[in-house]
Amino acid sequence: MIRYAKPTTVDEALALLREGPWRILAGGTDVYPAQGSRPFRDDIIDINGLAELDGIGETETHWLIGARTSWTSLVRHPLPAAFDVVKQAGREVGSAQIQNVGTIAGNLCNASPAADGVPALLALDADVELRSAVTTRRLPLREFVLGVRRTALRPDEMVTAIRVPKGACRGASAFLKLGARRYLVISIAMVAARLVVERGVVVEAAVAVGSCSAVATRLPAVEGALHGREADASLVDAVMAAPMDELSPIADVRGSAGYRRDAARELVARAVRAAAGGGRVAA
Amino acid sequence: MSEARSFPGEARPNANGATSDTSAARLGAGMQAADIAFQVNGIPVSVSAPPLRRLSTILRDDLRLIGTKVGCDAGDCGACTVLVGGNPVCACLVPAASVAGATVTTVEGLANGSLSALQAAFLHHGAAQCGICTPGLLVAATALLARNPRPTEMETQDALGGVLCRCTGYRKIIAAVMDAGRFAEQPSHGSAAPHPPAGTFSPYSDGEKEEAPALVTASSQQGDRVWASPTPSPLRGATSPPSGGRGKEPSSASAHPSSPPSFGGEVVGNADRSGGRAHIRLPGSSQGEGQRQLDQPDRALDLRMPASGNAVGASPVRLDGIPKVTGGERFGGDSFPADALAVLVVRSPFHHATFAFGDLDAWSSAKPGIVAVFTASDIPGRNCFGVIAPFADQPALAEGHVRFRGEAVALVAGERAAIADLDVADFPIRWNELPHHLQIGEADLAGAALVHDNRPGNLLTKGLVERGDPEAALAAAAHTVTGAIETSYVEHAYIEPEAGHAYMDGDTLVVVACTQAPYMDRDDTAKVLGLPVEKVRIVPTATGGGFGSKLDVSLQPLIGLVALKTGRPAALAYTRAESMMSTTKRHPAQMKATIGVDADGRITGMVFAGDFNTGAYASWGPTVANRVPVHASGPYATPNYRAEGRAIHTHGPISGAFRGFGVPQATIMQETLYDELADVLDMDRLEFRVLNCLRDGSETVTGQRLDSGVGIGACLEALRPHWARAGAEAEAFNAVNADRKRGIGVASCWYGCGNTSLPNPSTIKVGISANGDVVLHQGAIDIGQGSNTVITQICADALGLPLEKFRLRSADTAITPDAGKTSASRQTFVTGKAAEKAGRALREAILRFANVSGEARLELQGTTLLIREGEAARRVDLATLEASADGLVFLAEATYDPPTLPLDAKGQGKPYAVYGYGAQLAELEVDLRLGTVKLLKITAAHDVGKAINPVLVEGQIEGGIAQGIGMALMEEYIPGRTENLHDYLIPTIGDVPPVETILVEVPDPEGPFGAKGLGEHVLIPTAPAILNAIRHATGVLITRLPATPSRIHAAIREKEARR
Repeated sequence: MIRYAKPTTVDEALALLREGPWRILAGGTDVYPAQGSRPFRDDIIDINGLAELDGIGETETHWLIGARTSWTSLVRHPLPAAFDVVKQAGREVGSAQIQNVGTIAGNLCNASPAADGVPALLALDADVELRSAVTTRRLPLREFVLGVRRTALRPDEMVTAIRVPKGACRGASAFLKLGARRYLVISIAMVAARLVVERGVVVEAAVAVGSCSAVATRLPAVEGALHGREADASLVDAVMAAPMDELSPIADVRGSAGYRRDAARELVARAVRAAAGGGRVAA
Repeated sequence: MSEARSFPGEARPNANGATSDTSAARLGAGMQAADIAFQVNGIPVSVSAPPLRRLSTILRDDLRLIGTKVGCDAGDCGACTVLVGGNPVCACLVPAASVAGATVTTVEGLANGSLSALQAAFLHHGAAQCGICTPGLLVAATALLARNPRPTEMETQDALGGVLCRCTGYRKIIAAVMDAGRFAEQPSHGSAAPHPPAGTFSPYSDGEKEEAPALVTASSQQGDRVWASPTPSPLRGATSPPSGGRGKEPSSASAHPSSPPSFGGEVVGNADRSGGRAHIRLPGSSQGEGQRQLDQPDRALDLRMPASGNAVGASPVRLDGIPKVTGGERFGGDSFPADALAVLVVRSPFHHATFAFGDLDAWSSAKPGIVAVFTASDIPGRNCFGVIAPFADQPALAEGHVRFRGEAVALVAGERAAIADLDVADFPIRWNELPHHLQIGEADLAGAALVHDNRPGNLLTKGLVERGDPEAALAAAAHTVTGAIETSYVEHAYIEPEAGHAYMDGDTLVVVACTQAPYMDRDDTAKVLGLPVEKVRIVPTATGGGFGSKLDVSLQPLIGLVALKTGRPAALAYTRAESMMSTTKRHPAQMKATIGVDADGRITGMVFAGDFNTGAYASWGPTVANRVPVHASGPYATPNYRAEGRAIHTHGPISGAFRGFGVPQATIMQETLYDELADVLDMDRLEFRVLNCLRDGSETVTGQRLDSGVGIGACLEALRPHWARAGAEAEAFNAVNADRKRGIGVASCWYGCGNTSLPNPSTIKVGISANGDVVLHQGAIDIGQGSNTVITQICADALGLPLEKFRLRSADTAITPDAGKTSASRQTFVTGKAAEKAGRALREAILRFANVSGEARLELQGTTLLIREGEAARRVDLATLEASADGLVFLAEATYDPPTLPLDAKGQGKPYAVYGYGAQLAELEVDLRLGTVKLLKITAAHDVGKAINPVLVEGQIEGGIAQGIGMALMEEYIPGRTENLHDYLIPTIGDVPPVETILVEVPDPEGPFGAKGLGEHVLIPTAPAILNAIRHATGVLITRLPATPSRIHAAIREKEARR
């Protein structure tokens, strides 16, 4: 008989995690497809009873996205314009049905190279709060997702929150996702960009690309090329000329490696233009 | 019931490995059940179930609310969409535990006493075809309309983007949702409304014997809003119900009261009106077995029932429409007997392998609840089936050697709970993987391993059509163009995976399953199981899409074997992956062609060679090889011609029938070359086609003279104003845009209706019952395309009685004559013609009986048949006449087989009696930097001879276009890689642009009321029109389909590099 637990407090959940290996179930939008029709054989902690992890709050220094917060909740929550990149990503996650139950933390923990939430949250310098019964640690998102289906989560830990520093919640942002159809898209490439423009000059740039490397990644060289530049059409030229060595796209059924590389650059240019202009553009 | 579980490599370790081998742990390996209480459609319920059981399973199996459909179990298709707390979710992704205390709304909860405005709008617009996706769409749209009663098109698409539909092309769905507000404003009639017989029904209940589930009991009466018996899980209790009485047969005096209409009428909150009567009387009512009759729905929905004699050309709401919007329709997986054994199919994880079993008895006997394992050695008949008898080559269960990934090797039958909890990672089978070839280029090389020893060169068969002297014509041509096109495997991706159940009725095996071809199912199942055909009865359920793949048997022999061997009912619903890997596909094609014209632009000659990857078994490969050469010219006069089609075996998925039998592929080859020819000639691309198209009096490439009814010219000419408008708009756009370019493209189709030079008769039986109904044995399986309605309309006008008097009996092989398969665009033409003949014969019989002339008019008033001629009227009291065994007092039966002639060695002859024609114009915009295509509009002109039901014709056109869009832009099935609906992409609601349909009616003298077939035609022009438009926009022709953004981008870059 396998075990099933649905704790009602985080402490209870963490105590269980300390006992042995469990698989954590939140929104279920990745767990069930992965399971297919095979019977469950893992012990399961169902965290859907943890009310304290659902919702968005803030401290002096951070916005806190509870681990159980669904994409729909996030999209509907009033947040600074810098969060548009995450909201736009959220609207592109699967379908409305998926967004209604799928959680942002689950999207990170599933560690798909095509996870929509990762580039968007990278552009907001997000970190991930991990708790065990004994410790709480916070990892920058880029240190949390380690590879394809691989994270820094330890067996006795769970993600309790995603934290966005308020210092990163400045400027305007945009998210673009490229697929071969309109809805229910697993992206060929996707881009998140956030720009802070002061007196017509880019003073801060955050650009991240997903689906073009094992883990979505920021593009420091592109950000460097944008920094200090006037927020005009020349931003596109800067993107087109900047190195993107962080990308290592693969060829698969969705597109060739070369296509992903070219498309990512084009999407970065468009996302930067949108963030600079504050408008949305089509992918 | 997953192939996935049959793959040792994919098995996950048991969490409690130490105890998993003990039998006690085995059954208990699952999760302890918990009591979970929630509300469904306003009714409090409680189930005892494992907390992680999917909500979709809870609803369907525990609560028997079968309106919620399961299409993928992965959140990819949205068919299972329900509302939890008012928000749409995929019920397949929601653990039962998460709905404790919550409110759940399913499709059964939408029709609160009368159809909701949205449901009425769906019927009005013809937004439901097969109906399998309809519940999910309705539920998702209900959530949208609750917060936004007047949604825009974009808002509608955003809200419904998560629900896939494969039939409709979505446009009528969008229209219905946006229009629902109008229906909300209309007052409901209430029960005071008269109840004229509406002539509507779901015909799929005939002869089906089912056990009444415990859930709804007699205590669920008026005002009683609590389910009387929240049985923990009727299915899990399957071992205990007494199996006396009818024995193993799932039988009961009453029909399936769990079908949603009974919930709608008796349980779900509307029991207080009209005495709690449901809208739909169930079988077993006074209408007799096998018939359902709808009362007028209360919502002020005009069913558009035509007056007597005016059925043909009218667009009544589809006669089987109401159950499709209430959730009441029963598809293959919706009527499993509670005591049925569940069946799990063990399948090959390899493209090519030999295998040997270990100790199967020891394995199964160690597992409580597992009743038996069956392999090829248990098959009593010939373990070799196939749709074309001389080529039959496919084992129902492989005999030590598998030829494709997903091939069935063994069946595990057991109690439902045991199968649900079975992990077959330790199934005793030893695989020996062998080298495989998946591509034509590898398979037809000299020395390539043979897929079948008796087919040298892996050549299944080839077809040839040759006329005149093509080489000489090309040599003498003013211009020639040459090209090559390669296409991919395309998956049918109907939203209903194959499903059904089988049981023994005495010594007759009854198979209740979705299908396109009941008599073919019967014959193949009987052959495999060693039964005489009269001892196999096929009872078709509603079929949730087919498009060709449900012509072949899939699970019929498998569940039949289990029922036959165990004596117990056996039930199986394929998983999505199982459906995708084990059933047929569209043939990948590698084609080359050269076409020549004279200086005036007239086609002088064409040479075409197409190799079609037919996969591991024959299926419909021979049909493709023969149909393609007949059609590869397109509907254009081509005096000198050679076309060869070859079907080549590989270890890939079986290629079979898919809407067009290879013609869509071949048309891409021909129509893209036509654009190049027009360019070479500096002619307008549309006018070049008008110049060359077949006309009355033309001869086809098979030498068939078409005396009349050739409508392609009319179709092309109908596009002229649209072509001019679209061209001007594209030009204006392109003048001011650099990174995006618009293009327009046109392509044609022609397609012979019915089998190629082979008999394909349909028989229709129709009669008048003693109680005054017209009873039509409608054997043309309706897979959503509308034959239930269209055949009835034809018969009604031939007979001269109104449509509303008709009651249908289904294509049950025990009660209804063979109307052939739903394939080859033949039902409207062939079965329609049989229905016309049968209707006229019945009329003749009545007129003779009454001794009146052909001018007489018929009328049914209750049980009185009125025959009027001039001022005179003769009244026949039907109740006084002697009735046949099935209750008919007048009866006629007629058979029609299209007149064709064989093709000779050069492919010359008269392969088809009727052809249909069409032409489509695609307008699109290409993002040059990303290679993405945005479709702007499709204008489709189709010559259907006579549109029997124009709304249904439009539905076929829009749906065919959607599939053509998928084929052109996104669909590529790769075995082992895209066996799901998120890696295998089909168009979503945001991918089909507005479609303008132009109905062209050039009557065919052979077709019923002049009608021609259209089901396949409508898909054929779409992909080439799109490719031609992409070329127009970008200057590049994509020669490898689908034209994904990646491929378009690469072609644009290559062209830029060449500059």
